[in-house]
Amino acid sequence: MPIEKIDNPNSIIGRKLNQLPGSGPEKGIQTLPGESERDIADFAGGSYLTTTVDTMVNWARSNSLWPFPFGTACCAIEFMSMVGSHYDVSRFGAEVVRFSPRQADLLLVEGTIVDKMGPVLKKIYDQMPEPRYVIAMGACATSGGFYRAYHVMQGIDEIIPVDIWVPGCPPTPDGLMYGILKLKEKIDRGEIRRS
Amino acid sequence: MSTLTRYSAIPYTGPAPTNRAPYVPKNAEPANARGEAIATTLGNAAMTQERGQDMPTFLVERARIADVLRNLAENPDLAFILPLDCFGTDYPDREERFDVVYQLYSLKNNERIRLKVRVGENDTVPTSTGVFKSFDWFEREVFDMFGVRFEGHPNMRRILCHEAFQGHALRKDYDPAQRWILTEQNVARIIPKIDPRFATEDTDFERVTLNLGPSHPATHGTLRIVVTLDGEKIIGADAEIGYLHRCFEKMSETHTYQQVIPYTDRLNYCSAIINNVGYALAVEKLLGIEAPARAQQVRLMLSEFWRIADHIVCISANLVDIGALTNYWYLMQPREEIIGLTEACSGARLLPSYVRVGGLAVDVPSNFLEQAQRLVDMLPRYIDDVEKLIWKNRIFRERVQGVAVISKEDAINFGFTGPCLRACGVPYDVRKASPYIGYETYDWDVPIAEGGDTYARFLVRFEEMRQSLRILQQAIDRGLPAGPVIVDNPYVALPPKSKVYNEMESLIYHFKLIMHGIQPPVGETYFQVEGGNGELGFYVVSDGTKNPYRVRVRPPCFPLFEAFGQMITGQTIPDAIGALGSLNIIAGELDH
Ligand code: SF4
Repeated sequence: MPIEKIDNPNSIIGRKLNQLPGSGPEKGIQTLPGESERDIADFAGGSYLTTTVDTMVNWARSNSLWPFPFGTACCAIEFMSMVGSHYDVSRFGAEVVRFSPRQADLLLVEGTIVDKMGPVLKKIYDQMPEPRYVIAMGACATSGGFYRAYHVMQGIDEIIPVDIWVPGCPPTPDGLMYGILKLKEKIDRGEIRRS
Repeated sequence: MSTLTRYSAIPYTGPAPTNRAPYVPKNAEPANARGEAIATTLGNAAMTQERGQDMPTFLVERARIADVLRNLAENPDLAFILPLDCFGTDYPDREERFDVVYQLYSLKNNERIRLKVRVGENDTVPTSTGVFKSFDWFEREVFDMFGVRFEGHPNMRRILCHEAFQGHALRKDYDPAQRWILTEQNVARIIPKIDPRFATEDTDFERVTLNLGPSHPATHGTLRIVVTLDGEKIIGADAEIGYLHRCFEKMSETHTYQQVIPYTDRLNYCSAIINNVGYALAVEKLLGIEAPARAQQVRLMLSEFWRIADHIVCISANLVDIGALTNYWYLMQPREEIIGLTEACSGARLLPSYVRVGGLAVDVPSNFLEQAQRLVDMLPRYIDDVEKLIWKNRIFRERVQGVAVISKEDAINFGFTGPCLRACGVPYDVRKASPYIGYETYDWDVPIAEGGDTYARFLVRFEEMRQSLRILQQAIDRGLPAGPVIVDNPYVALPPKSKVYNEMESLIYHFKLIMHGIQPPVGETYFQVEGGNGELGFYVVSDGTKNPYRVRVRPPCFPLFEAFGQMITGQTIPDAIGALGSLNIIAGELDH
């Protein structure tokens, strides 16, 4: 059944187009989209929006990454700067830092992973639900960096798959943000795995 | 082994190439005299003095080392009660190939002493954990790195390397890149020992062993604590470290003196420049040179800025753990400005590697002082605001006052230094006790607090930031001395590029320095600076080649975290989390 277009003065879309908030007759009363059937029609501007489920889901995923910061060393301090007020990663929807791997979908490996830490990292990766993405931040996580040493893992791809490598020692906060944006692109392009 | 060659046509008239004669420190005479006096006071036959050292140094009979340490600590005239360091050195050509070195400090006389024990491959050394609790972990580290066993040690197992590791990494015959893979099957289970105070207590609760870390939000990285709980009370705790053991000391041995500087950055990465300064000063001491006045003052100013940044990270992260998130967002802003200033100087934000042996990499930007003044003007407001936000907050006070107390005696016995020791009422600060880069010419105070609880540590850190600002204001008022920022000595610092391209001898110097590096005279030295967490010392041994024979860092965090288990026993988990933040354990430095 086609949805009929009905003028709804209370809908957000309508208000945005017609009047400034708070200046209309409905002062203080707000209806959110989806509250009634009619708003769906309003939301799409009265027309249909066609897309694939894949694109829709990818769009949602890529704009709300929940990172698990596996911060071990100096790179974690730069990560702190990135979530801090100055750089403010929440602009890209990735600020909901989760410390439980079960609630996160982005594993951010920040810093040197030594052999003693290897099993821990592997376990955390295994505990994350699908879909999960991994960013290796910095030279150490990528390749062991300048620690070509007896106790340092020469890149985390020895034990877990990696989506994005961010270079730098440490990468600047902008560099890490660029990595996150690249990951978003990658997710947007990707297909959803169906099992 | 490469040696420096002198070219007769070179018009350089400065000090001679540095690796000709063995290293004799400037203060060797008084150190020898003092060493004799100490030996007489103690009247202990087990010690023989080594001469020509930078501090009184003794060779001690292996079997009697614990007694000697006890005598030194208990003698009322000497009172070497603060254990600073215990580490090993390997000389494979010698019959008794290892040296175990102990360094102590006397708060009473403000002096240091170094003891050495020679150990063969199959020998054991009596443990000194009975004298200094601090040496528990230090001895484990010597065992881990060199395979020297300590007789009577309560827990002689590896500390930094993982359970599947084979061999001993700092032995000279160990290949620096030889790795051993740890799998989940090999990971040891840790069951903490229950504190005797609670061993017989019978409550209605079941005892639970809980693992925190090494990936836990409150452990800020890679610390691992295993606690046994009785209800909510922690009745036993054990800490495991090494989850960030990046082999700093072995890496130093495979690089040239200048190349070690980036590695030092990554020890305490919250105040990287202080590590740079400490290492550079140690090597400069070995070389017998001094950086130009301009470089020294820049070093001092950046050190103080980064001390503030270090405390900012500590305080704000600690407040996040306690539940006051606002302060974190707020305090990150001035820290970002300090980073900006560093970036303007060096081009790098967090880990600048700005200092060189002999001075600085490049000169500061022309508006350095104005920028510094702007920062000094804006910082007090942030400090005051955060203080206002928390000081009168009852929740905050009740969560920190009287929590995780450590007594003065215990703190000293554990080898505490820095803000945590000063929070126990001991006014020991390296910048006052043995001033370097001109700290003695500034007017400032060492803040101390009584109580040794989390609250006291907060108080000390807040006040220290203000004192740092005081130093900075004076430094800005004096202005930067004119002149170069690196020594004019072609055996240490590269000649300027304009000369390299135009003068034959400068080109040769450049080539020699790049190919053969700095070659300090044969000898050993120790230099200490006040890091963000306490005494940060570098012990450097040179064998006259371009690579350091041994670099040992004395990490201030190490003893702090060692005492943590004792501090939280009898407390609850949330209190332990708050206390951990207040100690400011930096994993890079802890695990070197
Ligand atoms: S990449 Fe550099 S900054 Fe990052 S953890 Fe490694 S050493 Fe530290």
